[in-house]
Parts: sequence; C-alpha cells; structure tokens
Amino acid sequence: MKQYGGVIKPKTKRAKRFLDNRAPKLTENIKNAMIMKGGNTSMTVTQALKDIYALKKPSAVLYKNTPCRLCKNSQSSVFCLCLQEFFSKKTDSSLFLFGSHNKKRPNNLIFGRLFDFHVLDMIELGIEKYISLSDIKSSKCPEGTKPMLVFAGEAFDHENDHKRLKSLLTDFFRGPVVPSVRLAGLEHVLHFTALEGKIYMRSYRSLLKKSGCRTPRIELEEIGPSFDFILRRTHLASDDLYKTAHRQPKALKPKKKKNISHDTFGTKFGRLHMQKQDLAKLQTRKMKGLRKRRGPAAAAAAVVEGETSPKTTEVE
Amino acid sequence: MAACSIEDVLAKAEQDEAEKLKSITVQKELDLEFDIGNLVAYDKNRIDIRQFREQKKEDFLRSLARDNTQLLVNEIWKHPTERVEEVIVVKLPEPTTPLPREKPPPKPRPPTKWEEFAKLKGIQKKKKTNLVWDDVAKNELHRLRNIARAQKIKVPGVGLTPTAQQSKTDLARAVNVAKSSTASAGKFQDRLPKEKAPRNTGKKRKFQPVIGNFSNEKQRQLDLLKVMDSKKPRLDVNKAVNKQMREDDREESAAKFKKGGKKGRKGGNFSGKGKGGGGKGKGKGRAGGKGQGPPSGKKGAGKPGKH
Repeated sequence: MKQYGGVIKPKTKRAKRFLDNRAPKLTENIKNAMIMKGGNTSMTVTQALKDIYALKKPSAVLYKNTPCRLCKNSQSSVFCLCLQEFFSKKTDSSLFLFGSHNKKRPNNLIFGRLFDFHVLDMIELGIEKYISLSDIKSSKCPEGTKPMLVFAGEAFDHENDHKRLKSLLTDFFRGPVVPSVRLAGLEHVLHFTALEGKIYMRSYRSLLKKSGCRTPRIELEEIGPSFDFILRRTHLASDDLYKTAHRQPKALKPKKKKNISHDTFGTKFGRLHMQKQDLAKLQTRKMKGLRKRRGPAAAAAAVVEGETSPKTTEVE
Repeated sequence: MAACSIEDVLAKAEQDEAEKLKSITVQKELDLEFDIGNLVAYDKNRIDIRQFREQKKEDFLRSLARDNTQLLVNEIWKHPTERVEEVIVVKLPEPTTPLPREKPPPKPRPPTKWEEFAKLKGIQKKKKTNLVWDDVAKNELHRLRNIARAQKIKVPGVGLTPTAQQSKTDLARAVNVAKSSTASAGKFQDRLPKEKAPRNTGKKRKFQPVIGNFSNEKQRQLDLLKVMDSKKPRLDVNKAVNKQMREDDREESAAKFKKGGKKGRKGGNFSGKGKGGGGKGKGKGRAGGKGQGPPSGKKGAGKPGKH
C-alpha cells in the first residue's frame, strides 16, 4: 500500500489515480508552468505573459494578481518564494514565470524551475523590445505543436549563466517528450541568439518546400512574439543540488547485452560458454579403419580430429 | 572518345547532385550539435557583429535562423521513418541533454503486512500450473476402473490414496470420508475444538437438462397428468404397512404401561381405544385389499401373546 504524503488519503479509485499521477515516477510527466503577475505590471509585461502562456498551452496556468498570504508581505510586487512553492504544490508545476515592473527594473521577467517543490534555478530577464503575437499578422501554428529549438551564439557555450539559461529555456519550451514526430508537423521554430550580453528570441513558422531530394528546403515566416532580452540577476542552484536533481533512477538505465562484442570492421562476435568435453569420448566421423581394435593396434588407431578448446568457443 | 564521354557523364552527374543538394546545403564553420530527442540544435559559431549591425537586425536573425533550422531538419530527416495510419512519422532517439527532474526518483515502497509475514515464514509465491485433463490418461484410468470392477477389487475414491502433493481440498475430503466411515455414520465422532462442520455434504440433486429428450419429457408430463386425473388415491403399500406396524407397536406399549399403572379407571378408555385402533386398521386393510392379510395376522399373533 503506497503512503500518500500525509494529509490526503484517497477514498475513491479516481482520487488514487490522481494522486499517483502526481507522485514521483520513473518517467515523469511534462513539466507544468505557472505564469503569474506581480502587483505592478506594465502593459508590455502583461501582454508578454499572455503570449508565453499561449506558447506553452496546455501545460501552463496563468494567474492574476496574487498577493502572498502566507508571509505578511503586503507588497505583491515583491517576488515571494513561498508563493511559488505553495502554488506549485497546488497545480503540480515545476516551472514558473513571474512578471513585474518597477522603476529600477522595468519589464522584468523571472524564469525559474523547481525541484521537489523547492526552487532550483531562477534567472531574471529584462524585456528591451517586444513585439506581441497580435502585432504580427500571420497565420499561427496550432496549439501544442512541439517546437524545434535553436540556440546560436558562443555565449551559450562559454558562459555559465548562459549555459544554465539554455538548459532552463529548453526545459521550458520543449513540450512533451515523444518517441516519434509527424514529419509534416514540424512547424514551429524558436530561435535564441546570444549576442553582446543580449538574448534575442524569435519565433518562426517553418514551411517545408520541395527540394530536389527527400529532405525539404526550409523557408521561415515570422509569427510569434519576438523578444529582446537582457540578462539581469541570476540565482542558480548549488552544484550538489543540481547533481541531485539530475540523478536518474537505476531502472531507467538501458540493460547491457553480455557476450556480444564488435570488431573494428564491424563484424559482430558472440561468446558461447560450453561444458568441459571429454576428448576421448568425442564422436567424430565414423571411419571403419579408425575403429578401436582390441590389442596393440588400438593405441595407434586412436586419432583425435579437430581442435576444440575445452571451455569457450569463438563463434562468428 | 569513350573515356571522355564517361568522364563527362560522371562530371555531369556530380553537378546534378550538387544542384539538387544546393537548396538544402548550408555552409558553416563549425558543425552544429544536435539533440534530436528534444528537437534542439546548438550553434556554436561566432556571430559576425559587424554584419549584424550593417544588415537590418531582423533580416540577419531570420537568415541565421533559416540556416540553422535547415541543418536541424537535415539531421532529423536522416532518422528512420515509418508509416502510422497514413501519416509518415519519424522515430526520434532518446533525448541527450541532461535536464533536471521534476521530483526525486520514487522510493521503493515499504513491504506490506503480508509480504513481511511471507518473508518471515519463508513462504514463496507458487505459480499454479495450468493442469489440463489428459485424454490418454483418461483412457488408462477407465481401463483400470473396469478391471477393478470385473475382478471385484475395492478401489477407494478420488483423493483418498495419499499422493505426493495433496491440496487442502483433498485432505479435507479424506478427513470427512474417514470420519463418516464409522458404524454410526460419523454422528458421534468428536470434533477438534475449532473445527467447523463440513459443508456441501448433502445429497447432490440431479436435474434433467432443459432441452433434451423430447419424448422423455412428453412421457413424463403425460404420466403426471394421469396421476392427477385418477380418483384412486396413490398408496405406497410398503409405507402403509410400516406405518401400521409402528402404530400397533405404539398402541401395545401404551396399553402395557397404562394397564400396569392405572388398573380399573382407564379400563373403559383402553377398550375404546383398542376398538378405534382396530376399526381403523380393519378399514385400511379392506381398502388396500392385498393388505388384509398381514394386519389381521399380526393382531392374531399379538392377542395370544398378551393373554
């Protein structure tokens, strides 16, 4: 009988299924995101949050102005961590996006993720230029398409903050992990460019055009919101917490096949383990002349054909 | 001549190939890294800042995005595809970028009360083999049974001869059979303190199938109607005789007792009783017809005995 985290013991099968869905599992569900506004938000921020919510639907929840009732923080524009932890438990989310606006940090977006309902990483990005979904007039991709992500720029490789940001953005936008994808459905592309301390995010719709061969030629058409971010503060997890978060259960490791080896040429070799054979009793081809005769001729007649090693045989 | 033309042909073929692939080839300094499981591409090439500033930002970004996406798509198309319900689908490999988990990996759940008990007692899970009735063995069984019947050898019932693996039901049946094979059919056998009485030991009723022999069913129904119709009461001779004999015995013993106990007072009653009993018996006997002999015979025998 599973233990259900204390408070709620399920009384119906449906409730039990619901709690099992939210419990820690071997292969996890797609990460939900909570998108919330601070107390003071500008039009830009509100619109930006709505657009990102549209990109991340259906695995996202959009909250309105939420003052923190847990700690006596009357200013809801201040980003409160206990809010994140409380709401993440409610909606089983492990990603969040908090938008706020004040004089010191105008048009601020905080991207973050949680591990075990505690904050893992938080990165603050400021919006410098923003063009919303509704401003760009073109036909949009359907909701829920798995986007292709491209990260361009050296910074994403060299700088630590950018590396974490890359991982965070991948986590945020990648969508459900699927074993196969419809070829015609690869429509959405999100392109992130890191240049001179700024990060440009563009969203395109890819059109697969005929080319001479099987692989199509890509033409892009801009659809989605376009952001010019500037990297502000970061709060990254400590190394050991980061390592713990990455620990995969043993059951997920692929099983190794034993006794199979490959040559440099690519030939596949296998090993067979045999019992010990009594060479004296080996049955080789029946040759009448070689049959054991009683008397001194017997020793001369005994011939062992073939060489076999007693224990293992290399089989090709 | 021929050699020239062959070279020409090859060169032309190469050119054609290049033309074909021109639309999808992209020149890059460094190759991109791909994580196809997540549909991600990482471009590590240096971005020319001057070019970025000269061109319009959007156009530069768009062309860069187009090139990168083209390379990503080329990589995706290299993977195996299959057709699923009229749709061509590409099979993606496992994602390679390590991303942190949402929740810690699940802990092994604590053993249940039964699991603990089983471990303590060393009980292992036994899989029930699917035993199928063997046709060949059935013939053998019947043959042996026929032999036993012919030679009048007594064979015990199923499950009473001990075998290697006796199930709970077999043992219970053996115990029941042993218990009831006493002189008084197991009525006075002691039971263990918490032993319950065996269930399902009544007579097994057999029913005719619902739709079977039509002629049989018709015959039965007609017989039933005949019995219902007849005016004569159905009399089971044996039953009647036994009942009468029991009555007589009771009468006699009662009479003996009463005579011994109260001498004069109940004399008249006794005679009345005797007369009533006699009359009844006689009437019964006459109705049966055949039965006249035995009751009167009995009475005759009884009377001399008394006196």
